[in-house]
Amino acid sequence: MTVALFASISIFVLSLLVGFEVISKVPATLHTPLMSAANAIHGIVLVGALLIALSANSFVGYLILFVATAFASANVVGGYVVTNRMLAMFRARPVPQKQGDNA
Amino acid sequence: MSGFELVVAVIYLGAAVCFVLGLRFMNSPVTARRGNAISAGGMTAAVLATVVLLIHSGTVSGAAWLVLVAGTAAGGLAGLYLAQTAPMTAMPQLVSLFNAVGGGGAALVGLFHFGAAGEPVATYVAVAVVLDVIIGSVTFSGSLIAAGKLQGLIPGKPITFPGGQLVNLALIAVVVGSGGVLIAGVHSVLLLILLLLASLGFGVTMVLPIGGADMPVVISLLNAFTGTAVAMAGFVIGNSVLMIAGALVGASGAILTKLMADAMNRSIGAIMIGGFGTGDSAAPVEAAGGQVRVLSADDAAIQLAYASKVIIVPGYGLAVAQAQYEVHELASLLEERGCEVSYAIHPVAGRMPGHMNVLLAEAKVPYSQLREMEEINPEFSRTDVALVVGANDVTNPAARRSGTPVSGMPILDVDQARSVIVIKRSMGHGYAGIDNELYTDPKTGMYFGDAKKAVLGLVAAVKTLVG
Repeated sequence: MTVALFASISIFVLSLLVGFEVISKVPATLHTPLMSAANAIHGIVLVGALLIALSANSFVGYLILFVATAFASANVVGGYVVTNRMLAMFRARPVPQKQGDNA
Repeated sequence: MSGFELVVAVIYLGAAVCFVLGLRFMNSPVTARRGNAISAGGMTAAVLATVVLLIHSGTVSGAAWLVLVAGTAAGGLAGLYLAQTAPMTAMPQLVSLFNAVGGGGAALVGLFHFGAAGEPVATYVAVAVVLDVIIGSVTFSGSLIAAGKLQGLIPGKPITFPGGQLVNLALIAVVVGSGGVLIAGVHSVLLLILLLLASLGFGVTMVLPIGGADMPVVISLLNAFTGTAVAMAGFVIGNSVLMIAGALVGASGAILTKLMADAMNRSIGAIMIGGFGTGDSAAPVEAAGGQVRVLSADDAAIQLAYASKVIIVPGYGLAVAQAQYEVHELASLLEERGCEVSYAIHPVAGRMPGHMNVLLAEAKVPYSQLREMEEINPEFSRTDVALVVGANDVTNPAARRSGTPVSGMPILDVDQARSVIVIKRSMGHGYAGIDNELYTDPKTGMYFGDAKKAVLGLVAAVKTLVG
């Protein structure tokens, strides 16, 4: 096992832990937007899809490049727009009615 | 590492930080939008850095640029269109669709790099390619089936066929066999394609037998799968931002899946095997004793107009009929008369945790009135009228007994209220496929109709009553 591979595995494991920590604090109200936000983040696969262009030079290569970039960019754009649409509904909350009551 | 590579690597790291911060800001409704914007900013930076990297490399052919731009534009526009036009009730299937394309994209990245290598790859790369292709393909086909079920394109009920288990076993054998040979060092693109096809097939046979009620849990699980597939793609191409973002999503999806399954008192294992409302468990639950009492709008309006405490129980029927605005109007009307109104939100009301909150927030219902199950259950006994709008299984007292398909599922204690009004289209069953004993309770009145029209009728009746 190379040092680089071990470093990659370490990054992967620590990222999993960060994911657990960051997410376990989210209130139930935001679970659907959260799922959608996480959904948008895995659109990062677009970076991987774009990098296919570095070595694509055949018809099959171009075909895979096209489908992969189309899939991934649909994921990215759709994911963020939908999340934003959901969250927009949480705006402009009226001021809590019973302001004097919380002692 | 050259100076240029360093800059790209730093931008990737910055993007990863943005994703973590973005999720962190999702903790509170106040900062959630900012969180999404930060996350989107990180994504934009990572994509732009990648484009600059491609330009800088100078090895991308003109044809490749053309294909790349066409693919990105086509996908981006399709995603934008769907995201802007889909109704809020269709969110779960939309998330499922984006899972499908994300997983499919990850599988293609693995497939391409394996094929382009042209020679045996290092063992860890082979492992990553195999996992990437398996998880990505299962997610792709499984998510499409899940979306089809929720959209009503495929029957929501569990679909089983004779010999289904045998087909499953055969597919698993092909996946394990071809995956094992590939990891052992055989460099065969054909074998990888066989692995991909078998995984696609397995995704279909995995989700088909699962009932519609469990789909949210399945979608959440597939969300985690996609994240993991993307992380594997990161290992294949040695890209840290894919590894980090993929792992983040994998972890978040796993937690969310657990939360949803817990809320329904179901184990993830039991869901994946299928069974909720499958043929054999739909044995008749004791004959519904007693008659159903049918109410008119006026009957229901009288009860509501003179109540001092009303709890509204919204369910999927409300979501489908888009009745959240009318319900809010009715609630405001009652509040003007000095009635205390709150909403009891079951953890899986609607189709996903938090889905109902999103819909009610759309109708500008104040947060303070949305109450979670544990918090509001003790209040039902002090409530004059519980108004159930299109909710079914989550109110069924049968869940407190053992031996029914809903046994053990946490429910809202609607039957403790002094009187109950149920708005429902028909006496049809919920996902669990059983009678709801609440409906035959003597203090329950059924007001049949589409949720939107029924609530509008109530609003009109209350207005004339109190003029």
